[in-house]
Order: sequence, then C-alpha cells, then structure tokens
Amino acid sequence: MSDFTRVAERPERLTGETSEGAQELTRRSDTPSDQLGREVGAVLRLDGVTLDPRQVDYERHDDETMIINMGPAHPSTHGVLRLMLELDGEFVLRTKNVIGYLHTGMEKTGETLSYVQGGTNVTRMDYLSPVINELAYSLTVEKLLGVEIPERATWIRMLMSELNRVSSHLVWMATNGMDLGSTSMMIYGLRERELILAFFEKTTGLRLNLNFIRPGGVAADLPDGWEDDVDVICNTIDERTYEYDQLLTGQPIFRNRLIGVGAITAEEALALGLTGPLLRSTGVPWDLRRTMPYLAYDRVDFDVIVGTYGDNFDRYAIRLNEIRESIRIIRQCVEQMPKGDYRSQDPKVTPPPRARIDESMEALIHHFKLFTEGFQVPAGEVYSAVESPRGEIGCYIVADGGPKPYRIHVRAPSFTNLQAMPLLMRGASVSDAITMISTVDPVLGEVDR
Amino acid sequence: MIPLPPLAPPGVLTDEALACDVACFPTREQYVELVAAFRDDGFEMCLDVCGVDYLEHFDRYVPEGVTRTRFEVVVNLLSLSKRQRVRIRVQAGNDAPRVETLFHVYPGSEAPERETFDMFGILFDGHPDLTRILMPEDWEGHPLRKDYSVGHVPIQFKEAPGPR
Repeated sequence: MSDFTRVAERPERLTGETSEGAQELTRRSDTPSDQLGREVGAVLRLDGVTLDPRQVDYERHDDETMIINMGPAHPSTHGVLRLMLELDGEFVLRTKNVIGYLHTGMEKTGETLSYVQGGTNVTRMDYLSPVINELAYSLTVEKLLGVEIPERATWIRMLMSELNRVSSHLVWMATNGMDLGSTSMMIYGLRERELILAFFEKTTGLRLNLNFIRPGGVAADLPDGWEDDVDVICNTIDERTYEYDQLLTGQPIFRNRLIGVGAITAEEALALGLTGPLLRSTGVPWDLRRTMPYLAYDRVDFDVIVGTYGDNFDRYAIRLNEIRESIRIIRQCVEQMPKGDYRSQDPKVTPPPRARIDESMEALIHHFKLFTEGFQVPAGEVYSAVESPRGEIGCYIVADGGPKPYRIHVRAPSFTNLQAMPLLMRGASVSDAITMISTVDPVLGEVDR
Repeated sequence: MIPLPPLAPPGVLTDEALACDVACFPTREQYVELVAAFRDDGFEMCLDVCGVDYLEHFDRYVPEGVTRTRFEVVVNLLSLSKRQRVRIRVQAGNDAPRVETLFHVYPGSEAPERETFDMFGILFDGHPDLTRILMPEDWEGHPLRKDYSVGHVPIQFKEAPGPR
C-alpha cells in the first residue's frame, strides 16, 4: 500500500553502508569502540588508542546497568532534548543526545525565501535571542552586497542585541534556578525579562520574533522617550542582580550543587568546538565582541568575564556578570547614540518611506520590486559570526546572483555545545545531570533548526 | 592573506574570499592532511562543517585548477591565538559524495558531520556513528539536496500508514 511499509521491511537499509540505524544508545557490547569513546565522554585520545567495549568500566556488565531515556518531554530538558543515559545506580556512565524533535527544515525554507523575507526565518531559530540571529544574518547579507549601514543603525543594533543578551541570560537564570529547586528565581527572572520584552514591543511591535534588524539597517527608529525606558530597565535589572546574589550566589545549597560539578578543561572545550560561556568558564578569554569586533563593540567599554575551573558555578557566575556587563554597554549606547538615519538610503535595499510612494514614480517602482522580487545579491559565499548569549552564531550564505540565497546555513552554538554532554555527565549523578543540561543552556529551536 | 601552514600538503589552491578570510581548495586526498596541518599551526577550533549542493549553480567561481563537483563540504576553522578564520572547501564528488572524517583531528566535528550526512547524503569515512541526526532514522532522501523538492513528500513516521 504505502511506500513506507516497504522501507521498514528492508533490513539492509539499517545495516547498509550509511549505518542509518538507530540513533539511540545501545548496549555496550553492541557499540563500536569509537562511538563508545564518545558516549563515555572521551575527547582527548592519543592517536591509535582504541577502546575495547568490554574494557570500559570493566567491572560492570550490561545487566548491571540501566539505559534510560530522559526527555524529550522532560521538564528540565529545556524543550525537546532527549538524552539517553546508561546508569549504574544513581550515576551516569554513558550519555547520548538524541535530537531532531524540533527539526522544521529552516535551512531548506531559507532557500525559498528572498533576502528580504529571510529575517523572519532566522529570527525563529534561537527563540531566546532573535535579535542576534537577525544580526548574524543581516551582517552576512550586507557583506555580500557591500552595503554600508549608517552609524545610528549600528548603535541601535548594538543596543537591541545587548538588551536581548540580558533577556536571554535572565531566562537562563530563571530556568537554572527552577532546575535546582529555586522556584522564586524562576519568577524573578521572568519578571525582569518582561521589562525588556515590553520595550521590544514598544519599539518593534513584537515581543519575541522581531524581524527588527534587516539587511540595510533596522526596521524602525527608536520610539520617543526610549532613553527613559532603557534607563529604567538598566537601573532595575542592575539593582536586582544584587538581589540574585543574595538569593543564589551565597546560598550554601546552591553552591554545593554547582561548585566542582561538571568541570571541563580548556583543551577539551577547544577540541569539541565549544563557544560562549562554556568556553570562557575554562579560562579562555574568547568573546567575539572583544576579539573580533563587529558593529561598534570596539568603541564601548566592557569586560569579558572569564572563569577558572570550568565548572557549573563558573558558568553561572559568567552569565550573571555578563548581565551586568551588557547593562554597562547599554548605558554607553544611550550616551553615545548618534543622530541620523536608521537604515541605509540605498533604494535597492531599503524600501522608500510611505510618503514618497505617493509622490514619486521611482519610489513606487522600488517599493514594488523590493517586495515582489527582492533585491539581487552578487554571487559569492560569505561566513560571518557574532557572539550570541550561547556562543558563536555564524551564518554561511552562498549566493548565486539571484534574489534568494542559494544555500543558507546557520552555525548554531547550542548544536555544537551539546556535544559536551557525555563529557560533563560522566560520573555525575542523575540530579546533577539536570544541572548540566541547564548550564550548557541549549535552545532546541536552534539545535534542530 | 594567510599563508598555508608549514605542514600543508603541496599543491593546495587558495583564494581570497569575500569575507576577508582565505578559502582553501584541497582535493579529497589532501583534505584531512591540510586540516591537521592547520590544527598544528594554531587553528584550535573547528567551528563548523556543512555541505553545499551545487546542482543548480554548478558554474560557481573556483580558482583555476579546481575540478568542480556537485557536492562541496565547507569547513570553518578558527585560530584563537592568531584571531583568524580559514575556510576549507573540498569538492566531495558528484554521484556518491564522500570524504574522510575530521573526527580524529577535531572531535567536535562529529555532530556537524552527521548533520551534513543527514541533509546531503555525503559520507564521512571513519566517522564513529554516521546515523541521521535531525531526520527520523527511516527517512528516505536527503532534504537539503537541490533535487529534493519542498512540499510534496508527506510526513513520515514509523509504523504510520503512508498517504501515498
């Protein structure tokens, strides 16, 4: 009847060259050594050393351990992350991430949307930091086009990205508190985030998927009185970070749950390609805003927060202090915000103002062309990256000279960061496993795209 | 312009790409050796591995001497110490695209390579666990290929009766 049953009945597909077999964790006696090495969290291995499945935890046999599923609907998995864990009693031996439950083919969709429409697509990937996704996308398109954006647009972009970084870290503080049993933190984190979302709504009309940063500038100028709004946000959140300190940082139970748990070294982090707070917690001072500046980050004053031990507490402290640093940047944005255009005046990229359409034939034509066909982008390929709250988010676009990207790929930080799970989990207890997921801070919309 | 690392295999073609970083065009045989040479030269991180299907844009610009193939694997490396990026584009083949895995050079390339396999059907020789990562395990076809059309394939789930 259907083509589908035939596929399921063809066992050779499962054992074929591509080994399109199960994505699940299998018994260790059935697992090849390379894969087993990954699942137990072995990252730095000498060349030529192979693991014998029977040698790993040799005192434990298959029938003494238990393979369990965590997720994809577990409340602490931050979405639909599914982890398969091999447990020995209360302790984790092997871990495997099973992802793809939120895969919606956004990269494929991106190929069918024009460059004008593309922003609405990328903004939905990392739903906690939409502005920064749009920024990565817009910078890439602008690099292909060779368009210069006005000074004010640059600063508005910076203001919005930092507000977004604060709101994303606040959600992290909230959910991390929730995972560790501090439900008050959950409420406080989301309460503060509400201030920022209200400002987003006032500026862009939307709270979450803004499509505010577009190729050529930003969608709208800041509303009247924005300085006061931002000032209130900065003062309130800055003050409340000290309340979080009182609530969490010095709290003995909280500290015991985090300090020394899930430690990784800088070598491991680099080998796995981890970025963002995960990398900085190991003591590597790598923040793209400082090391490879984009926008006007080289003209503001801020500190890159770096940890020492690479454990969960360092990651917590980094995120908390990054909120403070972001607020420092936001205050400088308010002070230094230049006057002028908020988007490029190139009529090929930017739609004409509404009033011009009534008067000018050219404006009408440009408007019509821009929203039916979009603009042509010269052939080429570009990768550009910005620092998102979770690490380096990069956008790789191949253009073929037409109005739609030929290929759009987003390098999602959470996708790569999730590879650290087996390493972090090894030897931890199940209750710490939840902390580990939380401090890696995956956003599944971005992992699965 | 970044000079090639000292241990790079001879004859690798480079080209300055738009993004002010270098694109290298190794052959499939030179590929892993070149990436390992970059790693030893201070490129600590492999940020990304992705594929491109050039079926409808076959005549893209490549430097002279590179044989174009339909599939390309694009690797982005980053050097923290030099603050540089380098992009490696390897021509992976036409009908049965395959390259060697980078897993033994950069363990962090495991998941992105699985994604590339899942989306394009490019095989990575020596990869420890080359299964589908985003699509269901019994999905047919590789969605990001240009001859995989959007929209007409119904959603497939295990054991569900298909509408076809």
